[in-house]
Amino acid sequence: MKFFGFAAAAACLLAPLISGPAMAQTLAPSETLDAVKARGNLECGVHLGLPGFSYANDKGEWSGLDVDYCKSLAAAVLGDATKVKYTPTSVQQRWPMLQGKQVDLLARNTTITFSRNATLGVNFQGINFYEGQTFVVHTSAKVSKVADLADGTVCVAAGSTEEKNAADWFKERNLKVQIINFQKNDDAISAYDQGRCDSYTAGIGALAGQRIKFKKPEEHQILTEVISNDPQGPTTRWGDERWQLIVRWVLNAQIAAEAYGVTSKNVDEMKAKSQNGDVRRLLGVEGKFGEMMGISNDWAYNIIKQVGNYGESYERTVGMGSPLKLKRGSNELWTKGGLLFSPPFQ
Amino acid sequence: MVAVIWFFVQNASQNMMKAGIASGFKFLWRDSGIEVPFNLTGYKPSDNILFLLWTGVVNTLLVSIVSIAVATIVGFSVGLLRLSRNWLLSTLAGFYIEFVRNIPLLFFVLFWYFGVLAALPLPRESYDVLGVVFLNRRGLSIPTPNDLHGLKIACLAIVVLIAAQVGVARWAAARQARTGRDFPVWPVGFVLCGVLPVAALVAGGLTTAWDVPTLRGFNYRGGFVMVPEFVALFAALSTYTAGFIAEVVRGGIQSVRQGQIDAARALGLTQGRIVRLVVIPQAMPVIIPPITSQYLNLIKNSSFGAAIAYPEIVAVFMGSALVSTGQSIEIIAITLAIYLVLSLAVSLFMNWYNARHRLVVR
Amino acid sequence: MSRLRERLFATPLDAVITLVCLYIVWRISVPLVEWAVYDATWNGTSREACTGQGACWVFIRARFGQFMYGQYPVPLRWRVDVAGALMVLTAGLLSWRGLPQRRWFALASVTVLPLVGLWLLYGGFGLAIVQTREWGGLMLTLVLTIYAGLIAVPLGILLALGRRSRLPLIRFASVVFIEFWRGVPIITVIFLASLLLPLIMPAGFDVDRLARAILGLAFVVAAYMAEAVRGGLQALPEGQAEAAQALGLGYWRIQRMIVLPQALRIALPAMTNEFISLFKSTTLVLIVSLFDLLGIAQAALADPNWVGMNMEAYVFAGAIYWFACFGMSQWSRLREKRLQTAHGR
Repeated sequence: MKFFGFAAAAACLLAPLISGPAMAQTLAPSETLDAVKARGNLECGVHLGLPGFSYANDKGEWSGLDVDYCKSLAAAVLGDATKVKYTPTSVQQRWPMLQGKQVDLLARNTTITFSRNATLGVNFQGINFYEGQTFVVHTSAKVSKVADLADGTVCVAAGSTEEKNAADWFKERNLKVQIINFQKNDDAISAYDQGRCDSYTAGIGALAGQRIKFKKPEEHQILTEVISNDPQGPTTRWGDERWQLIVRWVLNAQIAAEAYGVTSKNVDEMKAKSQNGDVRRLLGVEGKFGEMMGISNDWAYNIIKQVGNYGESYERTVGMGSPLKLKRGSNELWTKGGLLFSPPFQ
Repeated sequence: MVAVIWFFVQNASQNMMKAGIASGFKFLWRDSGIEVPFNLTGYKPSDNILFLLWTGVVNTLLVSIVSIAVATIVGFSVGLLRLSRNWLLSTLAGFYIEFVRNIPLLFFVLFWYFGVLAALPLPRESYDVLGVVFLNRRGLSIPTPNDLHGLKIACLAIVVLIAAQVGVARWAAARQARTGRDFPVWPVGFVLCGVLPVAALVAGGLTTAWDVPTLRGFNYRGGFVMVPEFVALFAALSTYTAGFIAEVVRGGIQSVRQGQIDAARALGLTQGRIVRLVVIPQAMPVIIPPITSQYLNLIKNSSFGAAIAYPEIVAVFMGSALVSTGQSIEIIAITLAIYLVLSLAVSLFMNWYNARHRLVVR
Repeated sequence: MSRLRERLFATPLDAVITLVCLYIVWRISVPLVEWAVYDATWNGTSREACTGQGACWVFIRARFGQFMYGQYPVPLRWRVDVAGALMVLTAGLLSWRGLPQRRWFALASVTVLPLVGLWLLYGGFGLAIVQTREWGGLMLTLVLTIYAGLIAVPLGILLALGRRSRLPLIRFASVVFIEFWRGVPIITVIFLASLLLPLIMPAGFDVDRLARAILGLAFVVAAYMAEAVRGGLQALPEGQAEAAQALGLGYWRIQRMIVLPQALRIALPAMTNEFISLFKSTTLVLIVSLFDLLGIAQAALADPNWVGMNMEAYVFAGAIYWFACFGMSQWSRLREKRLQTAHGR
C-alpha cells in the first residue's frame, strides 16, 4: 500500500513542476485544475448505474448524458474526451467523495437544492437536465394518477429529493402513503419489482432508463403526472473559483454551441468560415477565452468536435436516438420553448 | 494518543470550515423529514433527528433481542441434535452448521428478503387467520388494542404468576435439599407461566376493543404491521447465528467428561435429568464466553438491515440522516459510540452472569 | 447392516425421526438438483438460450471473466493469473515439510511475495498501470482478504503482547484499540475508512480507495486476531517465560523463540476462524462501491440483457464462498488433529 502513498506524493510534488511554467502569472491558482493536469485525467463522480445518464456496459465503457458532460470537461481541460476516470457513487457517498477531494466534480443526477448548497459546501454550476418526478406502478394495480396511490406503499432511495418530494406531496393533500427507504436506487427498484411496494418514485428521465431493469417491463406503467421539477447539473466543492468557472462554462459551451448551430459535423467548417462573433469567440478563433480560464483556447472546439453540442448529446443518450426516447420538453433551448440557455460568450 | 486525536479533530474542523461544510451537533435538533415505516416509538417525520436516532436504536435492539432469543433456542437444539445418536439427524445438523457458517451473512439477508417477498401473496390475495391477522408482501398485519386497560391487568397478573413460580421453585429446591423429596416444578411452572398467562391475555383481549386491519385500497390499514424487512433480517440473523451457537454448544457439551455422565447414570438419574443436572451446568461455563461474543456479533450484524431497508441505526442515521444533513463526521462518531455502548453493556451483563453462574457451580 | 440399524433405527422413535428426515432431504434435494442440473441450460450465448425451467448457467459463462477479474483489462488478465499461480505455488511449497530452508522461505513469502503480487496487479516498473477501480470480482475479494490478513496478523500479535505488557500505557492503548474495533460493526468501519478518512486527513494527502478499505478491515481483524492470540498466550504455563528469563534472554527473544511459537500453534484454529470471517466480511465493501465477488454479481444483475438471474448469480457466488471457507476450516481441523497426534495427546 506504500506504493499508492508514494505515487500520490510524487504526483503532488510533480504538480507545480508540470503546470507552473505553462500558467500565466495573472491567474488565480487552481488546485483542482493543476491536479487534473498533473494526473492526466479527470476524476468524475457519477451515478452507480442509471441508463441514459451514467451507465457502464459489460465492458466497463461508460455512456450517458452526465458521462458526456464529463467527457466534455476532459476535452476542454486536457484536450482529450477519453481521459476521464469514472467513480460510481451511491446517494450516500457522493457528498463525502466530493468534499474529500476524491472526485473533481459530481455529474450524477443530483438535484440542486437550497440546503445542499448552504450546508454541504457544494456549488451547483448550472443545469444540464430538468428532471420531473413521477411514479411507476404495476399495470395490474389500475392506477392512473398519483393520488390513486393513497394508502399504498412507495419504494424510494433514502435521502434523495424524491423521498422528500413524495412525502410533501401526499402530506399536503392529506393522503397516507408508506414510504420505504432503500440505500441504493437499484435496491428500491428490485424491491418494487418484487411487489414489496405499489410504486417506485424517481424522475421521468431516470425512470425511462431504469424501466429496462424490471423483469417484465411491459407490466409496469410510468405515470404521466409530474409532482415536482428537479433541476440537475454538475456540482463542485466550495473554493477554487477558477475550477468552478471552467465547470460552469463547459456546460454553457455545450448549450451555446447548440444555440449557435455548431455541431460536431460542421465545427471545422464553422471555425474556418463563421463570421459570427459569438461563434468565433466560442471556438477560440478570437478572444483567447481559454487562456482566461487557464486552459487551451480551442477548449470549446474540442468539446464540440469530440463530444458534440448539448442537443447531439441529448439525442444520443436520452433522446429519440436512445432506448429512453425522451422528448426534449423543458430540456429544449429557450428559443424553442424550453428552459435551457447560455449566457453570451462575450 | 490524545495528541493524535486532537490533531485529527483540529485538522478536520479546519478543513470543514474552509470547505463550507456545516459542523457541530446542532443538526440533531433539526426536523428530520425522514419517513420510518416501522417504528415502536411513535416517531413522525416532523420529529427531530435525535428522535429519529432513538427510533433507529430501538429498532436495532428489537431485532437483536428477538433474534438472540430465537438463535439461542435454535442453536442449542441444533447443537444437541449434532450429538444425537441418530446418524442421519446428527449429519443433517452438521450440514446445517457447515452450510450456515461458511457463507457470508449478506447472502442470507438478501435471500430471506427477496426469497420471502417472492413467496408471499399480494395484499388482495393475503393469507388470513380468522379474518384478523393478514400476511402478504407488505408484511404481517396484526390487530392492536384500542385501549390498554384490560391488557395492563393481564400483564400485571402475568408478573404475579412469574413471581409465584420463582417462589415455588425456591421452596421446592429448599425442600429437596432438606428432605430429599422431589416436587414437580416443571409441570407447575408450565401451568403458572404458560397456561394461566395465556388465559389472562385472552380474557384481557376479549374485554377490549381492537383495531383490526382492513383492506383499504392497496393495503391493509389499521393494526400493527410487521414489515417484511424485519422478518427477513430476523430470520437471517437468527438462523445464521444459530449455526455458530450450535458449534459452541457442541464443544461445551463434549468438554464434559464421560465419567461424569457415567457416574450420574450409575446413580440412577434419568437421561433428561443427567442433561439438566450434570451436563448443562458443567458445560455452561465453557459455553458462555463464546456465546457472549456471538451475541455481540449478532448485535453488530443487525447493521446488515441497512441492505434491505430495515430502519435500524445504520440505515436511518448513517444512511438517511447522513445524506440529508451531510454531517458525516458527527454522524459516524455517534453511530460508533452507540455500538460501543451496546457492546460494552452486553459484555458487562454476560460477565456478571458468568461470574454468578460459576459461583453456583463451583 | 447391524450398524446401520443401530445408528438409524435403534428405537421406534428413532425410526420415525429417520424417516421424517429422509422425507425432508428428499423434498429439498430433488427440486434443487432438478433446478441446478437436470433442467438447467449450460450452453448458449444469450438469455434467449435459456428456455427451460431450470438454472441458466449461460449467464455465469457469459459473465465469468467479470466474476473473476471485475473490469480488469482483458489483455492484462494474465498478470492476475500469474499472481494467483505464484500464491498457490508458494502455499503448496510451504505445506511440503521437507522444503529446505523452510523458515526463510516462509519469511520471504509473507514479505516479498505480497510486493511482487502488488506489482503484478497494479503495475509500474515496466508494467502498464491498472487502477484499483478496475479491480473486481473474486480477485478483489482475495486481494482484500490477503492484504488485510497480512496487516492484521502481525498487528494482532503485537496487540496481544501489548495487552499483557507490564507497561500500563502500552497495556491501556492495546486494550482500547482492541475493544474499540471489536465493539463496532464492520459496515461502520468501512464507512469510516471510505468516507471519513479523506475528510480528516490533511489536504493533499490521499490514500487509495481500496487501500483504505483494506486498512479498515485489517484493524478490525487485528483486534479479533489479538484476542485469538491472547487465548494462545494464556494457555502457556507461566514457567516457560520465567525459565527463559532465568537463562538471561531478553523480552523480544523470549517472545520470538519460546512464547510465540507455542502460543501461535495453540491459537491457530482460532486465528483461522478469524481469517474465515474476514473473508466473509469482505462482501461488505460493496456498500462503498468496490465491486468484490458479491458486488460484481449484483452489478451483473442490473444488466438489462440478463434480467432475473438472481438465483444463478447468488448461487454461483455463494458456492465459491462456501468452498473457500469450508476448505479453510477443514484445513485447520486437519492440522489441529495432526498436531494433537504429534504431541501424543
